[in-house]
Amino acid sequence: MDYLLTKEQLLARELFREFAEKEVKPLAQKVDEDEYFPTETVEKMAEIGMMGIPFPKEVGGAGGDYLTYIIAVEEIAKYCATTAIILSAHTSLCCYPIYMWGTEHQKEKYLRPLLRGEYLGAFALTEPNAGSDAGNQQTTAKLVGDYYVLNGSKVFITNGGKADVFIVFAMTDKSKGTKGISAFIVEKGFEGFKIGKPERKLGIRGSSTTELIFEDCKVPKENLLGSEGMGFKIALQTLDGGRIGVGAQALGIAEGAIAEVLKYVKERKQFSKPIGSFQGIQWYIADMITKTEAAKLLVYNAALKKDRGILTSADAAMAKKFASDVAMEVTTQAVQIFGGYGYTKDYPVERMMRDAKITQIYEGTNEVQKMVIASHYIK
Amino acid sequence: MMSFRIIVFAKQVPDTTEVRVDPIKGTLIRDGVKSIMNPEDKNALEVALQLKDKYGAKVTVITMGPPSAEAILRESYAMGADEAVLITDPLYAGSDTWVTSMILAKAAQMMGFDLILTGRQAIDGDTAQVGIEIAEHLKIPVIAYAVDLKIEGERVIVTRELDNTYEVVSTRIPCLVTCTKELNKPRYMRVENIFGYFDRPISIFNNSVLKFDKNEVGLVGSPTKVRRTFTKGPKEQGTIFNGTADEAAELILSKLKAEKLISEQ
Repeated sequence: MDYLLTKEQLLARELFREFAEKEVKPLAQKVDEDEYFPTETVEKMAEIGMMGIPFPKEVGGAGGDYLTYIIAVEEIAKYCATTAIILSAHTSLCCYPIYMWGTEHQKEKYLRPLLRGEYLGAFALTEPNAGSDAGNQQTTAKLVGDYYVLNGSKVFITNGGKADVFIVFAMTDKSKGTKGISAFIVEKGFEGFKIGKPERKLGIRGSSTTELIFEDCKVPKENLLGSEGMGFKIALQTLDGGRIGVGAQALGIAEGAIAEVLKYVKERKQFSKPIGSFQGIQWYIADMITKTEAAKLLVYNAALKKDRGILTSADAAMAKKFASDVAMEVTTQAVQIFGGYGYTKDYPVERMMRDAKITQIYEGTNEVQKMVIASHYIK
Repeated sequence: MMSFRIIVFAKQVPDTTEVRVDPIKGTLIRDGVKSIMNPEDKNALEVALQLKDKYGAKVTVITMGPPSAEAILRESYAMGADEAVLITDPLYAGSDTWVTSMILAKAAQMMGFDLILTGRQAIDGDTAQVGIEIAEHLKIPVIAYAVDLKIEGERVIVTRELDNTYEVVSTRIPCLVTCTKELNKPRYMRVENIFGYFDRPISIFNNSVLKFDKNEVGLVGSPTKVRRTFTKGPKEQGTIFNGTADEAAELILSKLKAEKLISEQ
């Protein structure tokens, strides 16, 4: 699919591939087994400008585009889905909304250090009772003098325990329903803001997924993102970008599993022949590669449309849903091809299978994606 | 030291340890093999960029090769180089190390320099001759096999690696130093150096710029004539011996003595 890429994107991909091979791959097993958050990798990504890829240089970004950022997530996810989602949540879910709706002051104070990787970003929408029904926000924000006072809690927040800056959604006017939701920029360490317990997970085990607790948390009123009542719109548009990121993560996981399979079927012999010489295995592999290529087209299509400003929610939802389903199918098949060895931790395919599962769930479950796709076409 | 000028010579090479040789032509098969910047040339570039970071310097990367060698110059820019030169002319095809170094030396003279850095050797030809020969053409001091390099005033202090020892030597600038992979871990490209800077100009030096007589360059001008290149056949099957470690040691010793590879004590 290189014909789709510019010469800058091709050179950047060389960089991401070299970086992933040398810096991400060696840590992937430890990240999974020890639930280890790879801080040193995040620092190295910051050094080479990966924490601010799709933002203009004037605001402190690397001056790249969305597709380049998507390729970065893909290349990293080939080896480590945890590292990929750290980058994706930071870029799509925290940097992007500040870039889009932030004031000059907010961009200077928060976006610039985020893009340099001095701050790590997170996004807090989900609540115990507001998952797929994200509009049902229970967290409240009340303007008292120069501060909004936040009360409530968030769950399953990616980068939660490691982030410095959070985009937090809360109700400023319950009577208006989703039009009463507002977005705030909250710093780690604000009075009344606590990080709850980290989740122990099936996959992406090194990713810091935590609860956030707000007890009379004081947020300066200049930290309101956009205007009061704009929160739900900000959340939905931000999630469109995030979904392309998760699609890229899923795509990378599938490609990583295929690379492992292609190596294994040439080495592993049964009945005196490499198992790759058997038609049964070949047919599996042909399907795995075909579906992954199709997923790549959908993910790149969404990224290219975002770069051109013509992305619809349905484009992002299709990319995320299809790529994550493919990742689950391909990694499950990879474990099957590896047989007993695939079920052990001696090979990375079982980890890839566990990591793939989350891509069908977060950034909106795949069932929610179907609602988004259908509602775009049935009007 | 902003006016300090460093030239780095880099070569594009096939990225593989399994380079195959065309059995008929006796040349390397490059089709389908990814091309990269020669690894120790990248170490040399890293030295230059570190000097630039520390003292300020202008770093110029020069390569000679087909037009596609431009790729390593784009990579050099993305790592932080200031200027790039591609020496390319069909007349130069087939140049041996002597002629290549003569061409590179002339380019260096035209660009001007205080320090020239090259890799120790390229992973395709493995001659380790070109860097040293450039210095010979330019009549400047050369220090080969650097594992450490410092600049103090007008002098370059280099730790160089020999078979069993290290040697610390110094010389005045201008000079040339060949660099080894022990020197450093080359930096990655930076994303912000790729976008918005990709189309930075690359100076093209062909023979109308360098003005050599066509008989002194390329295959015709090269004193080295390669008579034949061939792939070594596989080694013969060894003998398998089963026994204890002591018996094995005794057997090896007797074989080595029989072959007169070690002397009787």
